[in-house]
Amino acid sequence: MAKISSILQETITYQISLSALKHVREFLETFGDISYRFCQVIKYILKLQINFKQLIEQASRFAFDSLPITLSIVSMTAIILAMQVAPEMVKQGGKDYIGLLVALTMVREVGVIMSGFAIISMIGSSQASELATMKVTDQIDAMRVLKVSPFQYLFLPRVLAGFIMMPFVVVIASFFGILTGGITSMLAAKDVTWLCYISSVWQGLYIRDINIMLFKSACFGGCISLVSSSCGYDAQGGAKGVGIATTKAVVWSFVAIVIIDGIFAVSFYF
Amino acid sequence: MAIKVQNLTKEFDGKKVLDNISFSVEQGEILSIVGFSGSGKSTILKILCGLLEPDTGIIDIGDGDVAMVFQYSALFDSLNVFDNISFALQERKEFRGLYTKEQLKQIVAKSLKTVGLSGIEDKFPHELSGGMQKRVSLARAIVTQPQFILYDEPTAGLDPVASTVIEDYILRLRDETKATSIVVTHQMSTIKRCSDKVIMLYDGHIVFRGTPDDLLKQDNPYTKQFVSAEIEGPMKISASGF
Repeated sequence: MAKISSILQETITYQISLSALKHVREFLETFGDISYRFCQVIKYILKLQINFKQLIEQASRFAFDSLPITLSIVSMTAIILAMQVAPEMVKQGGKDYIGLLVALTMVREVGVIMSGFAIISMIGSSQASELATMKVTDQIDAMRVLKVSPFQYLFLPRVLAGFIMMPFVVVIASFFGILTGGITSMLAAKDVTWLCYISSVWQGLYIRDINIMLFKSACFGGCISLVSSSCGYDAQGGAKGVGIATTKAVVWSFVAIVIIDGIFAVSFYF
Repeated sequence: MAIKVQNLTKEFDGKKVLDNISFSVEQGEILSIVGFSGSGKSTILKILCGLLEPDTGIIDIGDGDVAMVFQYSALFDSLNVFDNISFALQERKEFRGLYTKEQLKQIVAKSLKTVGLSGIEDKFPHELSGGMQKRVSLARAIVTQPQFILYDEPTAGLDPVASTVIEDYILRLRDETKATSIVVTHQMSTIKRCSDKVIMLYDGHIVFRGTPDDLLKQDNPYTKQFVSAEIEGPMKISASGF
């Protein structure tokens, strides 16, 4: 029996199953930790134990520090989109719909998701590495010994800042995206005029879409901060641990916002 | 009895780091815990200050506030010395809003004076030497007037003179605050100068308990090996996990 068991353990199927189970376990553990920390953050929000100094600092960092890279990425995406679509639409007689298409794409999807990606790489990674460094240098333990909750002092301001500031970043980024999309359309297709583009944009903008965009971006912002902080908080070891935590934060944040995006798409547009 | 620990057990990944440990410390006493790296010394401190939960055992530490001085100071590197020291007074629930900015300045100045560092409130941790960081860490620990102070290798990484300065402050803080202290250390000078009692850990068990003088008598094979820093002896390095 022992021999059979040992032979079975050497098979590739067994090793793959073991590895898969390990990953499932890690996934469930991380998901559980993030959910628990989210509940802790909500608890402190409900108790109104908000550190406003920290909140303002984090909000300013979230919005202003990320703005240049977010604007660049969203604008570039709009330029690439308009460059490819505008000449083709003019050829097909749809020049009056170029603005509509760009605006719809920006507001419903590209503005939010590309801003999310930019913010993960700029702010999420920095939040994760900051908390991971604090963890591996015992600063978080020191905070706990001083009887200050890391969830209240570190998590809450970051998550709340993300939730509040992300819609502002996305609105500005989407506005710039629509603007640069218009300029590119005029340059890429001669028949497109500014007036024609702008009136087409108005046709494609709905209050409902803007509301969904604002709510979705707020969820993205809170989620990015929560996941990044949580991955940083779980860091172990030294410099390698900080690196692993930062990578994990970026990967988990990407996956999380894509899942949230999917949930919004199914809930509101399906 | 200020601190009483009975039958404390803690396992990590199936390995018993602490196995049925019992000891006590009287009010105002300094207990040194010595032993090889990985023998569970820091784990005891982490359990006493609430960072870890024991698997089994009873810890009676009263209602007093517990402060801890970490091995590498663990100062908040994004905050200056003033904010580091006053952190608990500004952020802890029971102290929040209790002190005005002026009062905080006075308390911080007094704490810094106690550890011989005045006028560095605006400096950040990276601008301080290792010894200064340790002293700021001491100042942060005493600012809430704790009844218990735990030191995790307080002289690690310091030169002999800086170590003596830290040892002096450990004794001075005990005399001034009447706090009960536990010092985890490898340094013989700290054991000799600062301790009232010593316990030695090996493989999760207490293999020696007594005074610093008893430790130096070397009639116990474990203490003999530790004090004379011999590789051969009852303590196997591999069992300590390094």
